[in-house]
Amino acid sequence: MASLGELERAVMDLLWAGHEAATANTLRDLLAQSTRPENGTAGHEGKDLAVTTVLTVLSRLERKGLVERERGTRPHRYQAVSSREDHTAELMHEVLGSAPDREAVLARFIGSVTDTEAETLRKLLGLS
Amino acid sequence: MFWTSWFLAVLAIVLAWPVPILLSRAQWPARSPFTAMLLWQAIALAGGLSMIGAMLVYGLEPIGDNLLAGLKALAGMVFNNAPTTALGFWHIFALSAAALLTAHLVFTLLLTYYKIQRQRRRHRELLALLASPSADGPRTMVINVDSPVAYCLPGGARSVTVLSDGLMAALEPAELRAVLNHENAHLDQRHHLLLWAFAAWRQALPWLPTTQLAQEAVSSLIEMLADDVALKTESKATLIKAIAIVASGNSGSPAARMAFGEPELSDGEPGQPGATGGAGSARTTASRVSRLLSPQPPLAEPLRVAVLAACLLLLAVPTALLIVPGLLG
Repeated sequence: MASLGELERAVMDLLWAGHEAATANTLRDLLAQSTRPENGTAGHEGKDLAVTTVLTVLSRLERKGLVERERGTRPHRYQAVSSREDHTAELMHEVLGSAPDREAVLARFIGSVTDTEAETLRKLLGLS
Repeated sequence: MFWTSWFLAVLAIVLAWPVPILLSRAQWPARSPFTAMLLWQAIALAGGLSMIGAMLVYGLEPIGDNLLAGLKALAGMVFNNAPTTALGFWHIFALSAAALLTAHLVFTLLLTYYKIQRQRRRHRELLALLASPSADGPRTMVINVDSPVAYCLPGGARSVTVLSDGLMAALEPAELRAVLNHENAHLDQRHHLLLWAFAAWRQALPWLPTTQLAQEAVSSLIEMLADDVALKTESKATLIKAIAIVASGNSGSPAARMAFGEPELSDGEPGQPGATGGAGSARTTASRVSRLLSPQPPLAEPLRVAVLAACLLLLAVPTALLIVPGLLG
């Protein structure tokens, strides 16, 4: 049985790739398909994956604000809140941005540099 | 008691203004960053201690011969709801200010901790979905971003160093090792704890020159300490090249990385204005590079010992002034 973390990742990958809302059942089938070839002959992991597990994973992702569900339909259909690119941009904004406490949250190899400084470094590199 | 409070007040003022300004202008911290780091910590701790201590000692003067006796007498008044006629208006004012300042500092420290933890958790959650483990080492992940980016996200056993695809493509293996060793040094030496304390200190008292200068100095010093660790395994030229490549990628010019591959293009692209960060981090990069280019010998042994002795005195003197009279009396 794959860990919840791995399943979260797999579910997000499916939702990001699919671009449209999917039910837990659909997701379970897609996950079963994608795990079967890796497991060779038996393919039992796909069968073992219960819809309730997928629902658990989805509710965890919902709590983290990564997926939302359409409440109008039954069964509920789930979709990603933002695209993979948007989330990457969010991370990079946190890394590169100038939020006052950014430095305490994470440590960058290089802070931002001015143009003149970048120019100096560039020349320097040509020499060294 | 009277002279103690004045002495502590003078010490607090000296540590809040002239001393940090002088230290921030000094050149020697780049030569012995570790010693300088200890001095900044001593200044911050002694500054806070003497600030609160001065107000406490002044406020308790009428009801006790020393701090401990005074605190006991005050506790008696508070718990028995006894009249405070022995205390004048300014005594009560000083005591309230000391209590408020202490609560403010502790509260800010905790609030900053909570905010930092929350941001890191969110960041880690997204990384788990977006980044993939790297072959370059444990606790290392790669994220699909084109510009060269490297950073570490502290979090105890879940600390992680993140590299971008762009960085992996731009750097030679030795340069990549230099970057990784630099980032791992931050994690191993627990630099995030220092950054947390000084960020909270600044957040709590933003108008005090010392808090801003101390935070800037500490962020710059930890980079130098991490550079020194990277230099243990990789050459100076390698580290400088890695810094230059990453810095150019972050300056906003899309052609910067190309320019690095082909030095003859270096005078062509002026580059866009850097989109992020302030003068503080730019100065850090400049001082890091100049430190690597023209290395200065570390501070002479006697001077280092003198600075360490100053650190000890800074902490010992206010503590002794506050506590020793009570223990003797």
